[in-house]
Amino acid sequence: MASKLTQSNRAGWSFALPGFALISAFIILPFFFAFGLSLTNQRLISPNPTEFVGFDNYRDLLGLAVITLEPERDAAGQVLRDEDGEIEYPRVRTLTRSDDFPQYRGMREWFRWQSGEDARVVVASDVVFMKALTNTLVFVLVVAPAQGGLALCLALLINQRLRGINIFRTIYFMPVVVSIVVVSLLWRFIYDGSDGLLNNMLAGLTFGFFQPVDWLGNPDTALGSIIAMSVWQGVGFHMVIWLSGLQTISPTLYEAAEIEGASKWQTFRYVTWPGLRNTAVLVLIVITMQGFALFAQIDVMTKGGPLDSTQTIVFQAVERGYGRQDISGGSTISVILFLIVLTISFVQRWLTREK
Amino acid sequence: MASITQDNHGLRLGVRYLVLTLIALIFVFPLVFMVISSLKPDLQLLSDTSSLRAFLPVGDISLNNYTAAFDRAPVGLFVFNSVFVTGLTVILSLFVCSLAAFSFVFLSWTGRDVVLAIIIATFIIPFETIAIPLLLIVSQLPWIGFEGFEIGWLNSYQVQIIPWIADGLTVFLFVQFFRDLPKDLIEASRVEGASWWQIYRKVVMPLSGPVIATAAILKFLIMYNQYLWPLIVVQQEAYRPVMVGLGYFFQLNPAWGEIMAYLTLITVPVLAFYLVLQRAFIASIASTGVKG
Repeated sequence: MASKLTQSNRAGWSFALPGFALISAFIILPFFFAFGLSLTNQRLISPNPTEFVGFDNYRDLLGLAVITLEPERDAAGQVLRDEDGEIEYPRVRTLTRSDDFPQYRGMREWFRWQSGEDARVVVASDVVFMKALTNTLVFVLVVAPAQGGLALCLALLINQRLRGINIFRTIYFMPVVVSIVVVSLLWRFIYDGSDGLLNNMLAGLTFGFFQPVDWLGNPDTALGSIIAMSVWQGVGFHMVIWLSGLQTISPTLYEAAEIEGASKWQTFRYVTWPGLRNTAVLVLIVITMQGFALFAQIDVMTKGGPLDSTQTIVFQAVERGYGRQDISGGSTISVILFLIVLTISFVQRWLTREK
Repeated sequence: MASITQDNHGLRLGVRYLVLTLIALIFVFPLVFMVISSLKPDLQLLSDTSSLRAFLPVGDISLNNYTAAFDRAPVGLFVFNSVFVTGLTVILSLFVCSLAAFSFVFLSWTGRDVVLAIIIATFIIPFETIAIPLLLIVSQLPWIGFEGFEIGWLNSYQVQIIPWIADGLTVFLFVQFFRDLPKDLIEASRVEGASWWQIYRKVVMPLSGPVIATAAILKFLIMYNQYLWPLIVVQQEAYRPVMVGLGYFFQLNPAWGEIMAYLTLITVPVLAFYLVLQRAFIASIASTGVKG
């Protein structure tokens, strides 16, 4: 009877169709399109027909090689050294532009290290993209534990029974509703090298001993500054998710722990933390996905600079796909990004699986 | 003895509030600084940063920065564009997604479970990974508007609205809520001869206040704060939303007073809205927790 009452193919499809059609056209289609486009040389506007190019785009982005350079020697076989006593090596250019080594064609030096008298040079087809990949990984590796951990601390603070505690919860969450674009521009002023609020505050706190730093203009501090700001903006979001996890833990467990005479740390270690397992997985995955999508902060604050120290994957995808109208290059980066996010989500799930 | 524990208790309580307040200051001070600075002329704004005056409305206070911001950029137009795009998308999204969720929960039809599974699978696709191919797609789509037939959606309202109407999370939030509604109610209305459309409109939606609020707030925050998408699909001033409009204030020597005025103008209404509805806002974010 019930199934007869609800069985309705016509109504069912027509109710679901608008939503499903929109999701298909604007999420699923572009998703599969990205894979296809990454194998072509499609541009946004081009007089030339689109051609299939196989995995060329991937090779142009991900090509990597290690070259061993032997020191330059004089006629007697002695290692040549420059005025500072540093060993002299042949230029990497002589290899990457040589017809003898077609596999290194077009590659540029990324970084090098010394191994005995030899130098090992890592060359990459796209050094900027390699920097973008490593910067994004560093961002995620720092932000995930920092933001997740701080958010848990805040959630534990807020989870106390205190008069007016909701006021504090409201305040801690406040930056979340402010656009990351607004936050980034505001913090650009806070981080300013000459008149910035942070420099002046630090100078005041140390009675003038603190030397002003151009936080965003220095390659050593730029990414760290963006990390700190991103943690500040997003920590309230994850605090709320931790809080809803905390509230699922049964009060009787805490009562039992108190009767057993457990210390605060023991209560956290053996009651609270085990109860937060699923929340922890969720928080980690959400932070990771948000972290890999890092774009607005970069676009507003540094445009990838100084010296490519804040280049990120999505910033590169937009610079190519939109800035240079190289749709296929941008799509290739998108596919690489998706595969990384997918792999990391699976790894996180596997590492935190029920044992 | 009792008085000692009493004192100790009071002290510990005091320390707790002190810690909570100090942390609150970290979250509040940049926002207070933004609002206060928007009222000061540039010279004073810069010199005040070296003392606590940065957080106090002292000295030469005026609304001059706001007037200057309106002179520099069509601020009113940007605000209209954002409100229009956000409002329309939220309304259409609530309608389309709740309708789909209704058919997943209350109707049985061939292919239902597969379609729902596909929609839920789209959770794992971050927008950033489809932005570039989507740019190519929307640049080729046809449109019939007031000016007749055209190809390409770039520089328009529809390009900012239509791709954002339906999403897996909103559908899923409605599905979760509908599953907890009493099935008997729907069957009883069906027996009485109500059509599915009538049941959706007269029975189910009037009961769905909480989930409508949750979905609306989430969509509102996403749409009002849009940046990457309008940045790449809207080049004409006429369709630019507030976040992209910020570009008018970037220059070699930024006029910080005007920037702070513009930031305050586009942020304070949202903050006020949040402070009034803070429980609903926080509940919305917490409900994304079911996404895992």
